[in-house]
Amino acid sequence: MTAFPSAALAAMLAFGGTAMAQQQAPGLAAGAPEVQSAAPEVGAGRGGANGQQPEASERHSATGHPPGGDREAIAPRPPVPVAPITAPPPMTARGGADAAEAELQHALRGGVIQGMVSIPNQAAGILIQPEGRDWREFRTRILTIAGAVLVLGMLGLLALLYLWKGPQRIEAGRSGRSVERYGVLERVNHWMVASSFVLLGLTGLNITFGVHLLRPLLGPENFTALTLGSQAVHHFVAFPFTLGLLVMGAIWARDNLPTWVDVAWVKAGGPLAKGHPPAGRFNAAQKALYWFVLGGGLLAAASGFLLLAPAILDNISLLQVAHIVHAGMAMLMIAAILVHIYVGSIGAEGAFEAMATGRVDYNYAREHNGLWLEEKVQDAHRAAAASPAVARAAGAD
Amino acid sequence: MARLKFLCDSDRCIECNACVTACKNEHEVPWGINRRRVVTLNDGRPGERSISMACMHCTDAPCAAVCPVSCFYGTADALVLHDKDLCIGCGYCFYACPFGAPQYPRIGNFGGRGKMDKCTYCAGGPQQDNTPVEYLQYGSNRIAEGKLPLCAEMCSTKALLAGDGDIIASIYRERVQQRGYGSGAWGWRTAYKQELSA
Repeated sequence: MTAFPSAALAAMLAFGGTAMAQQQAPGLAAGAPEVQSAAPEVGAGRGGANGQQPEASERHSATGHPPGGDREAIAPRPPVPVAPITAPPPMTARGGADAAEAELQHALRGGVIQGMVSIPNQAAGILIQPEGRDWREFRTRILTIAGAVLVLGMLGLLALLYLWKGPQRIEAGRSGRSVERYGVLERVNHWMVASSFVLLGLTGLNITFGVHLLRPLLGPENFTALTLGSQAVHHFVAFPFTLGLLVMGAIWARDNLPTWVDVAWVKAGGPLAKGHPPAGRFNAAQKALYWFVLGGGLLAAASGFLLLAPAILDNISLLQVAHIVHAGMAMLMIAAILVHIYVGSIGAEGAFEAMATGRVDYNYAREHNGLWLEEKVQDAHRAAAASPAVARAAGAD
Repeated sequence: MARLKFLCDSDRCIECNACVTACKNEHEVPWGINRRRVVTLNDGRPGERSISMACMHCTDAPCAAVCPVSCFYGTADALVLHDKDLCIGCGYCFYACPFGAPQYPRIGNFGGRGKMDKCTYCAGGPQQDNTPVEYLQYGSNRIAEGKLPLCAEMCSTKALLAGDGDIIASIYRERVQQRGYGSGAWGWRTAYKQELSA
């Protein structure tokens, strides 16, 4: 194909060379190659020599000066601030009190300084817990001093009582006949609770006083071995103790309900009365001990189990309270049980055999628990009237 | 001897937890135990600040006072260390500690918490210095090597300072004077019964 002069091209277009015009790009410059290359030219389709300029949706929108000159509509300026922006306050003024001030406030008011941690143990988010100081005071001062005063004082009182009054004899002397006072279940359960309590008490006292009393004697290594073992005993024996308490609650609660007889017994002077004020199966002092041991023991057990499984509470303040309840209750119970041990062993003649053999002397029962004995005798008489064969088994021997 | 203390400049701490990582790695502390942790107060709110906290090695340490087997002892540098061979894992030190420093390998399980573990100020324990036995129980003993605790040495912003109490206090005061603010040394009032005012 020869190159057409532009005039000839225009002439051809004018007289209808449409096929030619469709093949040729418009505006073919003079000196263009005779044969078009098969491959598109560089820039084809991108507005190059042969490319069609794509139609922008808005002309002049991106770059360059807009023809109208209205630049505000395209790039709005930031608004003029209404209020002046002030400089931020210094760091210290942003977060409230400073460290020492915050610590003092929390120490006075109670409560922990709590934050956030990025480790799994979320309890570690407590930065400072001032209650530890109060608990330390309880553990090192209150518990040791009050506990020692309570336990030693009670031992001293009982020793004085023994020296002053001596064991309380059966006034009428032994009758030689006995009456059943406690069944097998009652006795087995009693001794289960009693032996657990002694173990719990001794191991517990070791935790409280051992470092002052036994550690200097045994040496650090031996004392740790002893305490580690006694700690394990304490943890495991807690279970039979609690079980026994629950059984006691089931089998003895009815006979320990307070009655008007108990009021009279207390008014007459209780354990220090002349002679023996009348009492049912248990006198008022025994009932008081029963309810105290049951309630206090279950409280000590519950708080102890919470200390045994610290993950249940997972709160250091509540664990401290649990320990205070546990240790305080335990000291009170030790003092109360010392009285119980005294009265049940050397304090009153004929008392021990009730729990040892299950039977007490007839005269002991008449003096200490007269109303209960009368009831028992009446039951026996009724049983004898109904069927003489079982009378001996049920009633007084 | 020096009176070694920790001081965390909470205006500098950026909660990067490098101290936590450094401690865990240096002493090969088992999973679940963190001798050091970073607590963020007012997280995400104005006044947010982070404090790196571990055992502060208190003056008149509560843990030592309540321990039923007396397994704690003080060093010549006034560090509060403990003997894991004497510890019975009762948890009393954890109840008493204001900073939550004592850690236990187990929790629950019939009260068997295992031997207590806490920050040793990179000073090991009562065993012979830098022996495998000591490393196994307490981690490395950098103090015996003449080095300071790794957490403070690693701190990227030098927020956590370790060293003699008077020296780190003077460094902190200098900073506060230079920059014009400082929120005080967290835990110092509780641990050392001392307020650090610039």
